[in-house]
Amino acid sequence: MTKTIFALLKKDLLLELRQQHSFYGILLYVASTIFVLYLSINNPEGEVWNGLFWIIQLFVCVNAVAKSFLQESRGRMLYFYTISGAKAFIIAKLIYNIILMLLMSLLSLGLFFILLKNPLSNTLLFTGIVCLGGISLSLVFTLLAAIAAKAQQNAALMAIMGFPLIIPQLLLLIRLSKAAFGEVFRESALLQLSFLIVGLDIMVIALSIILFPFLWKD
Amino acid sequence: MRKSWWKILAAVLLIYTFAAGFLIKVPYIGNLKETIRNLFFHVPMWFGQIILLTTSLVYSILYLRKPDLRYDIFAACFAKTGILMGILGLITGAIWATYTWGEPWSNDPKQIGVAIALLIYFAYLVLRNAIPDIDKRAKIGAVYNIFAYFIYLPLIMILPRLVESLHPGGKGVSGNPGLNGADLDATMRLVFWPAVIGWTLLGTWITTLNIRLYLIRDKNLINAK
Repeated sequence: MTKTIFALLKKDLLLELRQQHSFYGILLYVASTIFVLYLSINNPEGEVWNGLFWIIQLFVCVNAVAKSFLQESRGRMLYFYTISGAKAFIIAKLIYNIILMLLMSLLSLGLFFILLKNPLSNTLLFTGIVCLGGISLSLVFTLLAAIAAKAQQNAALMAIMGFPLIIPQLLLLIRLSKAAFGEVFRESALLQLSFLIVGLDIMVIALSIILFPFLWKD
Repeated sequence: MRKSWWKILAAVLLIYTFAAGFLIKVPYIGNLKETIRNLFFHVPMWFGQIILLTTSLVYSILYLRKPDLRYDIFAACFAKTGILMGILGLITGAIWATYTWGEPWSNDPKQIGVAIALLIYFAYLVLRNAIPDIDKRAKIGAVYNIFAYFIYLPLIMILPRLVESLHPGGKGVSGNPGLNGADLDATMRLVFWPAVIGWTLLGTWITTLNIRLYLIRDKNLINAK
């Protein structure tokens, strides 16, 4: 099973490296969105900056993750049925989406710093939270992308299903990020919030692995 | 008679809820005044909603274990009545809030949680309608229903405890996110729990009617082997 996962992951990464259009497509999407933000609100306050950042992450994630199941044509899925199981397939997709989203999150964080200044008092902490957030977002949207791909109505359906479901994580992340803006938390609150997010992530992974086999074949 | 005893029980309990709920002597607490009677209507709606949505979850799990179209109809109908209960809870809550907090919507974490919950389950209905193929719709609907329920539960059980809230059971206050159980007045408790059972039974009754309608509409599909 580990071998299959690595093979599938390698295939996704190689496709990404060779085709490149999807990576640069999303990159351009991030860059142009942040540039529009820069033109419309120059130098936003900390709270606005924080909110905008996470909303942008949300949209980037929808666009980046939706691709992962869209690109698998029906014929290629038939091929996957013969070489791997549902569990290996979803785990490979989860890992691939985490890598993609981490990359995108860090890139957009960099662009935010360049264009919208840096209002953070603890940049390192915020970078950590961004990584955690990128992982959380990509995990939730991976299974949703699989559902949307099966329903054959992708972009709109994914937003309808995903936005309400991601709110708990997004609220926790926005709350947690305030620590990086110099807001003082109670001693245990910071750890408690992080554990909660990690706990939700683990639950989402477990649910994905349990539920995806039912979506695997028509 | 043997089959419909619980319907009679529902009617009796609800008559009791309305009669006793408006007539018994209630404690006077701060600015709650007489609005405290809303406890018999607003809070049971949420109990009913959770119970109905949990039932919907159970049928979705059953469907994935054994693909019987009947389970899918059950799951969808229970979710629909759960949404109805949620909307009623929201309205009764908004009326209550107008008189105690001064405005119908004050961005309380639990109000936000409810709004999200309704969005999640509306998305479930939209998803179901987006898929024309019946078996596929049942399967994908069940998967989404299970996924949504397990994200919805932490949302209403954990998040409200972490932040300050106007509701009982927020940060630094005792009680659970539903209500502050320990200091519920003894006579009010005598009305409250029957009200919870009554409203839940009524919700189930509505659901069974809806289910029967769908079973008749789709009887050719269900019986076709």
